[in-house]
Amino acid sequence: MPESTSAVVMDADRIARTLTRIAHEIVERNKGVEDLALVGVRTRGVHIARRLARTLREITQHDIPTGALDITLYRDDLMRHTVGPQPVVRRTEIPFSIDDRKILLVDDVLYTGRTTRAALDALIDFGRPKAIQLIVLVDRGHRELPIKADYVGKNLPTSPEESVQVRLQETDGQDEVVLQQEAAV
Amino acid sequence: MKRLLKGGRVVDPANGIDGVRDVLVDGDRIARVGVGLPADGATVVEIPSGLIVCPGFIDMHVHLREPGQEHKETIATGTASAVAGGFTAVACMPNTNPVNDDANVTTYILDKARDANLARVYPIGAVSRSSQGELLADIGDLHKAGCVAITDDGHPVKTAMLLRRALEYAGMFGMVVIEHCEEPSLMGDGVAHEGFHAASLGLRGIPGACEALGVERGVLLSELTGNAFHVAHMSARASMRAVRKGKEAGVRVTCEVAPHHFTLTDEALATPVAYDTNTKMNPPLREAADRDAMLAGIADGTVDVIATDHAPHHYDEKKVEFDRAPFGIVGLETAVSLALDRLVHAGRVRLPRLVELMSVNPARILKVTGGTLSEGAPADITILAPDLNVRVEAAKLRSRSKNTPFDGWDLRGGVAATFVGGRPLFLNPEAGISTIP
Amino acid sequence: MSTPVHNVDRPPAVTSLRSKDLLGIADLLPEEITLVLDTADAMKEIGLRPIKKVPALRGKTVVNLFFEPSTRTRTSFEIAEKRLSADTLNIAIATSSVVKGETLADTAMNLEAMNPDIIVLRHSSSGACHLLSRICRSGIINAGDGMHEHPTQALLDAYTIRERKKQLRGLKVAIIGDLLHSRVLRSNIHLLTKMGADVWVCGPPTLMPADTRRFGVTPTNSVEQAVASADVIMLLRIQLERMEGAYFPSLREYFDVFGMTEARLTLAKPDVMIMHPGPMNRGVEIASEVADGPYSVILDQVANGVAVRMAVLYLLAGGAEHEEAA
Repeated sequence: MPESTSAVVMDADRIARTLTRIAHEIVERNKGVEDLALVGVRTRGVHIARRLARTLREITQHDIPTGALDITLYRDDLMRHTVGPQPVVRRTEIPFSIDDRKILLVDDVLYTGRTTRAALDALIDFGRPKAIQLIVLVDRGHRELPIKADYVGKNLPTSPEESVQVRLQETDGQDEVVLQQEAAV
Repeated sequence: MKRLLKGGRVVDPANGIDGVRDVLVDGDRIARVGVGLPADGATVVEIPSGLIVCPGFIDMHVHLREPGQEHKETIATGTASAVAGGFTAVACMPNTNPVNDDANVTTYILDKARDANLARVYPIGAVSRSSQGELLADIGDLHKAGCVAITDDGHPVKTAMLLRRALEYAGMFGMVVIEHCEEPSLMGDGVAHEGFHAASLGLRGIPGACEALGVERGVLLSELTGNAFHVAHMSARASMRAVRKGKEAGVRVTCEVAPHHFTLTDEALATPVAYDTNTKMNPPLREAADRDAMLAGIADGTVDVIATDHAPHHYDEKKVEFDRAPFGIVGLETAVSLALDRLVHAGRVRLPRLVELMSVNPARILKVTGGTLSEGAPADITILAPDLNVRVEAAKLRSRSKNTPFDGWDLRGGVAATFVGGRPLFLNPEAGISTIP
Repeated sequence: MSTPVHNVDRPPAVTSLRSKDLLGIADLLPEEITLVLDTADAMKEIGLRPIKKVPALRGKTVVNLFFEPSTRTRTSFEIAEKRLSADTLNIAIATSSVVKGETLADTAMNLEAMNPDIIVLRHSSSGACHLLSRICRSGIINAGDGMHEHPTQALLDAYTIRERKKQLRGLKVAIIGDLLHSRVLRSNIHLLTKMGADVWVCGPPTLMPADTRRFGVTPTNSVEQAVASADVIMLLRIQLERMEGAYFPSLREYFDVFGMTEARLTLAKPDVMIMHPGPMNRGVEIASEVADGPYSVILDQVANGVAVRMAVLYLLAGGAEHEEAA
């Protein structure tokens, strides 16, 4: 009987340490937090961005403006499948100007790069940032577009048959990253 | 030639017959009705058991559309539809183009009916010239040419005075005045029964009082003039009350109800298909209390006649916005099945009463032959298959138009055969009669 | 139970509409109404951006087929379509009962041959959208059909109420005016009762639809009763040209008996909202002081109209073949 197997590749402690490490890298690479703003990609990227904002405040005593970006309306597969339900659209909240700021775009998993492409297009509609840097908790490879993360929590070699689940306290009740192997039927 | 219809249950209320009898037809006449008649040289037609042999059904409210609207129906297609529906005779309404307000039109209709040579056709003339409600039509000429009644159907007679004069004048010829009862100021731009469903669908309403006022007017004028008044296609419970009261007071009022008004309610406007223009007719489908009052009136004898108000319309004319669609549905080929299913099988009336409603009474009101299987009467015979399962299929109707709200309905009861003047003009193999020797 | 404005992290009860068309609120489930309102919430933000446009409906064709003049609704739909990057085509057809042109069915079949994705229809006949939906494969959005429904108006009204009051359940909503001829009324009754509001309808008996209670609302001829402790007051337009003398004696008398004045407003809750689908007749159904006063959300309604129509367009555009697929 075929079964799916799953393995925890990051636990709560590991996630917390990883985010702290990324926060330090951000400060180091940008020589401070002047002009920085965090924008999380819905849903889990937003929560990771908020955690990073908290950590950055602890490190630098500065509040970093933080926003939430819903990329649904920019997806490249949106109207390709005319049969079936539309993806649910949620509110984008970027309550600050992104003009001439360095934007730290935050997502949970980097995979094909298509979500990031959509997020970049969406961001550009809000103004002209000085730079955009990409933060991901997990990079699982298999890029289909020329996109590379600037900050990576964990590089996780995967096969396309596997799936990576990022679970967070805010949405799932606990923090962990799970690699699931879907067994062939 | 002679034919002996053998072994059917004969229901002939005019002669008090309800039982297994043989019917001997000689040429175009009934020769004898009796038990165990000898063949005596006649061709024997075995009537399968369970079938009912009745005097021919007469639909006294039909729109044949000819002359003028032959794209909807012709006298040939309409009478073909009639015999397929078990009707041996129809009375046709004068709202043709030109209106049957002139003996020439009457003659034209009768000529066409003779050419078609199917169901008998009894023209009904107009009350007023062009049915405009101003001046009386040539009622005497119409009578002489063959009209059996007068009406301005489609509309009520315009004024009470004109209706009074029509009653008085037609009475001289023994003709009944048939009235489309409606108070125009209450009708307004109404397209559906005023009630929850019209309100919900945003359709302008027509209250039952709109019809009942017209019925009350007619009953009063019938009483005033002493002449016969017939309420067409009655739909509202207040109308039923008015007729009942009139009859109790001895007024010469009679009335008819259409199968759609004893079957459907205004709920059909909304479901299964919202805004189906085949649920649009005038008078409209009314609420359940009105429909139930029609059933009660049929059961208690207040209602004299079941008539279809067969109103064919081309599909192009019905495939429009609800408020722009013409009123009316076809009815000739669904009436018998609806009557058997909703009245007889539902236990509301027994077969002899149904034969009165669909044969005896229309003949009596119009003073035409038929309504009986008496010796010497024309051999107009309707044979019913009361237990036949019938599925209504609009596309298969003989009528030129297919505007029925009953498409796809399964009903219990149908027509087995129709004889007009001794000629078998419709045979239904599914009911067990596929050929007549 | 209190479900305030939606939590973006919680999955919605339903993620799509069941039909390819929006013919009326009567056909919607409460969950579908919530989905439209939640989606509208996301769409509203787009209108506040420097670049008020997203690529969601790129390559989709939307036809605005208007058989009745309507600046407000047509403009609102057109902005919504453009903000979603749809290609829009406006067709305005003047109709007259005297001059018979092409039938609606023929117009629809001609349009259908051009393969639009969505047709937005405004028509003076109740049920015109139902007729179109039986003929067309395209999704049909009812932008007002006769006296029947005007679903996007009710949705934007609900959105505006929810924005202020957090939820619809339990609110007392008084709807006052020409109830008989109003498609806005019918859509609002369906929507508000489905969402658990306590709906009162008020107008002269001559303008009250038949069997009103069966809609699940409380009818009254007393504007004071209707307004008492109301959370929301919706005023419906009186059609000046055909009302006076026919349904009530005079506009002056109508205002006297039913007009929304500051004095009557004091009977309502202190935080009452005043709504009007427009265009308003000042001094007939509403006093200018009320229309321009602090309780009036009439301009919010206009702004929210675009967001709600974007939501409906988005939700229907993806699922044009739901029914065939099912």
